[in-house]
Formats: sequence, C-alpha cells, structure tokens
Amino acid sequence: MSKISGKTNRLVLLTLLISFTFAGNPLKYAKPKLSDYGFFEGEMADHHPMEGVIPYDVSAQLFSDYALKSRFIVLPKGQQLDFQKNGAFDFPEESVLIKTFFYPADFRSPDQNIRLMETRLLINTPEGWLGFPYVWNAEQTEAYLEIAGERLDASFVNYAGNQVDFKYSVPNFNQCKGCHVSQNKMVPIGPKARLLNHSFDYVGGAMNQLKKWTSLGIITGLPEISTLAHTPDYNNPEDGSVKERARALIDINCAHCHRLGGPAETSGLFLNIEETNPTKLGVMKPPIAAGRGAGNLNYTIVPGAPEKSIMVYRMESTDPGIMMPELGRKLVHKDGVELVKKWIKEMD
Amino acid sequence: MKKQEITLSLFFFANILFADLEKDLQTQFILAEPGDTISIPEGHYQIQGTLSVEGKENLVIRGFGKNRSILSFLNQSEGAQGISITNSKTILLEGFAVQDSKGDAIKVQYTDGIIFRDIKAEWTGGPKETNGAYGLYPVQCENVLIEHSISIGASDAGIYVGQSNNIVVRYNEVYDNVAGIEIENSNNAEVYENYSHGNTGGILVFDLPDLIQKKGGNVHIFNNRIESNNLFNFAPKGNIVGKILPGTGIMILACSDVHIFANTLINNKSIGTGIVSYFMTEEDLNDSLYNPYTADIHIYNNTFDRWPGFPDLGYDIGQLLAVKYGRNTPDIVYDGMQDPENPIRLCIQNNEDARFTDLDIEHNFEEWYSPFISNFSEEMSPHNCGKQHPMISTTK
Repeated sequence: MSKISGKTNRLVLLTLLISFTFAGNPLKYAKPKLSDYGFFEGEMADHHPMEGVIPYDVSAQLFSDYALKSRFIVLPKGQQLDFQKNGAFDFPEESVLIKTFFYPADFRSPDQNIRLMETRLLINTPEGWLGFPYVWNAEQTEAYLEIAGERLDASFVNYAGNQVDFKYSVPNFNQCKGCHVSQNKMVPIGPKARLLNHSFDYVGGAMNQLKKWTSLGIITGLPEISTLAHTPDYNNPEDGSVKERARALIDINCAHCHRLGGPAETSGLFLNIEETNPTKLGVMKPPIAAGRGAGNLNYTIVPGAPEKSIMVYRMESTDPGIMMPELGRKLVHKDGVELVKKWIKEMD
Repeated sequence: MKKQEITLSLFFFANILFADLEKDLQTQFILAEPGDTISIPEGHYQIQGTLSVEGKENLVIRGFGKNRSILSFLNQSEGAQGISITNSKTILLEGFAVQDSKGDAIKVQYTDGIIFRDIKAEWTGGPKETNGAYGLYPVQCENVLIEHSISIGASDAGIYVGQSNNIVVRYNEVYDNVAGIEIENSNNAEVYENYSHGNTGGILVFDLPDLIQKKGGNVHIFNNRIESNNLFNFAPKGNIVGKILPGTGIMILACSDVHIFANTLINNKSIGTGIVSYFMTEEDLNDSLYNPYTADIHIYNNTFDRWPGFPDLGYDIGQLLAVKYGRNTPDIVYDGMQDPENPIRLCIQNNEDARFTDLDIEHNFEEWYSPFISNFSEEMSPHNCGKQHPMISTTK
C-alpha cells in the first residue's frame, strides 16, 4: 500500500462513533418455538396472557401493511423498569417485548377469521436487546423461530370491501436491528412515556397505562403523569392538529432511522418528533444519496406543494429502490400519505 | 441447556437443507462467528431481498470470482440494497458480483476495516435513470480498501466513499456510471491506478453541506487514467451529481487539501479538471458549519489530451465555455471563488498540454453577463506556487 501522508487535517473532524456489538451466534438467547416461553395460557393463538405478561399499546403506530398488532411486556419476576424522560424506558436484563402481527379476513369484521402472521420477540440479553421473529403455522397452533425471516402470501378485504393480496414480509434477525438501533445499539421503540401516556382497556376496566404500570409496581421514577407529553394517535383527528398528527406519524414511521445516531443520519434528514430545524426536517433540503428515490424532485419538502415533495413521492411508492420506509411495507399507507400531504399543503 | 442447543442446531440444519441460496446465505450471515468464511457458490442466482450482515467481526464473504459467482437482484421485491453491511469490523468481500439491485449494490455503514476485492457491481441494462444509485458504497466507515473491482451503470457513482476516513481506491475500472468514482466528505483518501472511462464525470471529490461528517481533506488522486467521460447525465434529477456536466474528467467541489497529480486525462470533452465552490450548484445554503469554498488544491504533473470539439451544451457552464472558447475549451477550469478568510492556494504546475481559465464568477456574473466581455483569466502564473511538489510515487 502506498504511503498516506501523515499530515493532520487542520479542520475539525467529527469523529465517527463506531461501536461494536459482536453478537456472534445469537441462537443461544432464543427458543425454537413460541410456546417454549409459556407467555400465554389456553389456546396460544388467543393470546390470553399468563400472570406477569402485561398487554399495552402505543398511541402512534408503525404502519406494517395494515397489520393489527398485540403487544405485551414481560419483566423478570420482582424487577422493575426505569422511567426515562426521552427515549425508551430502561428494562432489566431478561425482559421481553412481545408483538404479534395479525389480519382479520375482512376488516369490516375485525374480530372474525383472524390469521396470526408472526410474533416478534425483543429480548434484553447480556449482549443487549436482540430481536427474534417467530412465524405462525397454518394451523395457528405454534410459531417457529425463523432467524432468516420469511415471505408469506397474505390477503384481506379492506374497509372499502376490496380484496388486497400481497407478499407479507417477516423481517430477519438483522432487519429487526435495522429499525431498533440507536448509536449502534439495539433499543425498543414503543415503550416510551409519550407513546404510552393514554388509556388502555384492561380486563378490569380502562386505565392510563402509566398509572396501571405504577399500580403494578413495575416502573420506578415516574413523574406526575399530567406533566408528561402525549404523542397523538395520528388516525384520530380529535387527538391533535394536522401538524401534530403528521409529526407523530413521521416520527414513528421514519425516525427510528432518520435521526442523529440512526442509520439514515447520513442523509442529514432528521424526522424525530423533537426536531425543530426546518432544513433538518426536510424543508427545501436537497436529497443526499437518494438516487432515484429523489424522483426528479429537488427537495424533501416543498411547503405548500406535496406533489413536489420527495417525502410524499417515496411514501407513495412500493418500488424497493424508491419507497420509504425501506422495509416492512409492501402496500401504500393511504391515510398516512393523505395526512402528510395535508401537513405540507398547509405549511408556509 | 446443552440439549437445547443441539435441538436448535438440528432445527436450523433442517431449514438450510431445504432452503434456497438466499435463505441459506442470510442464515449464514446471521449465525457467523468471528473468523468464519462464507462461500458464495459458482453460478447465477436470483435473490429477492437485501442480504444483510450486522454486527460481525472478522468475516470473509468469498465467491469464485466476479464473473463466476453472480447474485442477481433483477426481481428484488424488498430492501433497497443488494448487500447491506452495518456495524461490523474487519470484513472482506471477494470474488463475486451483485447485479441489478433496486437501490445500491453493496452498502457498508459504521464499519471499521472493509475490503472490496475482485467485486463487480453492475446494472446490466446499460445506463438508465432507474438503475440504483451506488455500486460499491462504504459510508461512515474507517479503513476502506477497494481494489481490482468493477462498477458499471450506477445512476449516481460507481464507487462512492462517503463520510469515511483512511481510504484506498486502486486498480479498479468504472464505466457507464454518472460519476465513476466519488470521494465525499472523506479524509485521507488515496485514489490511484484506476481506469475511469465512459462515465458522465470521471472522478469527483466533493464536500457537501448538511452531513454528519462535515469536512473531507487530504485526498490524493494520482496515476489514474480518466478517459472519454462524455456520457449523458442520467442521474435522477434532484441529486447533486445531476449537475455534473457530461465530459468532466475530475471535479473538485468545495473541498480542501486535494492533490491531483500524474493522471492522464484524455478526451473529456467539457472540463478536464474543474475546481468549484458550492455556489456553482446554485443551491441554498443553510448549514452554518459548512465551508462552501475550495482551498489548498494542487494540480501537477498531469497529462491533458483533448481533441478540438464543443463542450456539452446542455448545461449553462458548457454553453459559457463554448461561447468563449469555441472548440478549444481549457483543461483546468476554476470558478474563481475564494473564501475571504482563507485564500485558495491553488497550485497548478508541470501539467502537460494544460490550458487554464479562471471564470471569476463573483465579478463576472454579479448582475448580468456576456461571455464575450467577461474577464476570464487564462493566466496560470498566479497559481504557480513557486516550489516543486514532491512526487508521491506509487508502490507495488
């Protein structure tokens, strides 16, 4: 190799933060079948949680091809999680987050003819969080670990009564981390105060989730709930302004990558809900390394002109080389796109 | 515990036996232990989703040669890249090809120690806007070596090193891309003995705003053959390389501390070597930490050869040069912009058959311009820095 001049650069260099998580073979942290964990009693497909398996939901959801989701947290017996003001709560080792993806055959009868697709486990191991996908069998009696992911034929009838057929994609072990990453470490996304700060229908009645967790004694350090932020449900026009709901939508769908420390930080486009700099949010910002994702458009967001905004173009695409997010979506999130268009249209 | 591990291995063994190559490779990528070599068999294989390597150390992924082990992503249905490598250390990719990925062919991010050797990235349908952006694409990496590789048809750059440090790019061939090789916001890069031909632009050294790693520098471009980079610009609009004038040999944009020497630049019809500020992109600038000027640019001992002909007329700068110089456009074009607080220090010496122009755009285009009356300076002497540059010789 030829000699690289040893002259130091006079300009300030931002040091790259490269840390390493050499998971090696991750199988030692996972069980081959979902039933091996004993999270549910009765028919496993019914998801009746055992004691200590606590259901929850988040106010703004990642769009996953219209899949419905059931979520649970499991803490090691007698242990608690620590409240964090920003970001996900701190979980003790051996905690598990459970998320099952399912479709009704017809969304107009959402409780009938349910097909469970997959259950993803996020397990807090001694090497940090790791994600494991379990794919349900046709009989809906068991889900098996598929470390390399899977593609499944799927279909449903939507609210408008139209049949939708598509290839449902179960992420592989690496792709789990592709979204659940911050500063190169894997982290949960959902269990944040602002996403949990709303009422949930428990078996014993509805209650604010953070209050419930406090009453169960599984969380420490929680401040007065009225002082905590609430991220709106972007589907509910009564839960926030167009701007607030659009920001909630792009936060939960984009910001796991598009923020400082996320894998899409190379683009300089930061879409997390805390971001206030218009350029970083994409306003009149030329694309970086977008390739044909730019779609012959010049800026991520052109205020007042959704049709000229790369953000809308990429949300409306299902071409893998153009679409955003890059993973976890084969269909267009029509209501989501409409909301973002409305937000951009109203922008000065 | 032991028993469970055995059960697990059997379970996965059964999976691998019946899986296609895609699932087999992806499973191996996930389960690899440090020191493993994963083999890509000889043949032409269709892959439908991005193959990903994450958080691995000391891993070799090796095929039987770039024309013998071919992964085709022609029918890719998910993921933007062909292969994605993240958050890893000491990775060697050798002897295989990635074809027709929907986005980038091979993207490597947050990785310390990445070698591409005898790798081919290719879009087989010729230069098209619908081709993926980058062929070989390390970004936010340390210690990068790309050698004996080929990249063809990228709608942005064939070989693109971005926001990285300590880089060697050598003995590669790049053609039919918008940019052959691009070094962007990167430090300590040596780019030598590459053959960059038939692209829109041969070799680009850029510093762009609004990025995490703000500034590149200490870039040496030498002993390259940069020939006939006159291809139409097929980058999707909106991308910065879409502004590259067809017929560009080397373009330095808003960079500092760049040495261009001992290159052979042949028949690049518009600009042999351009030195320009970010202002030439005509984009707004909102990044207060970004320096849009070039500085410390050294161009010496290069050979320029260009036969008479018009530059590309589809772009303003091409029209400008054509009106002023007709069929004999200069080889080295400088936009004349200088950082008021940091003089340019542009050194141009000992270049064979080189003609120079300083466009002085700040003064010539302040209000309106006519190339007929504008004050371009063809005088190279202000930029003869008065000392001979040491020859930095290539070894091996």
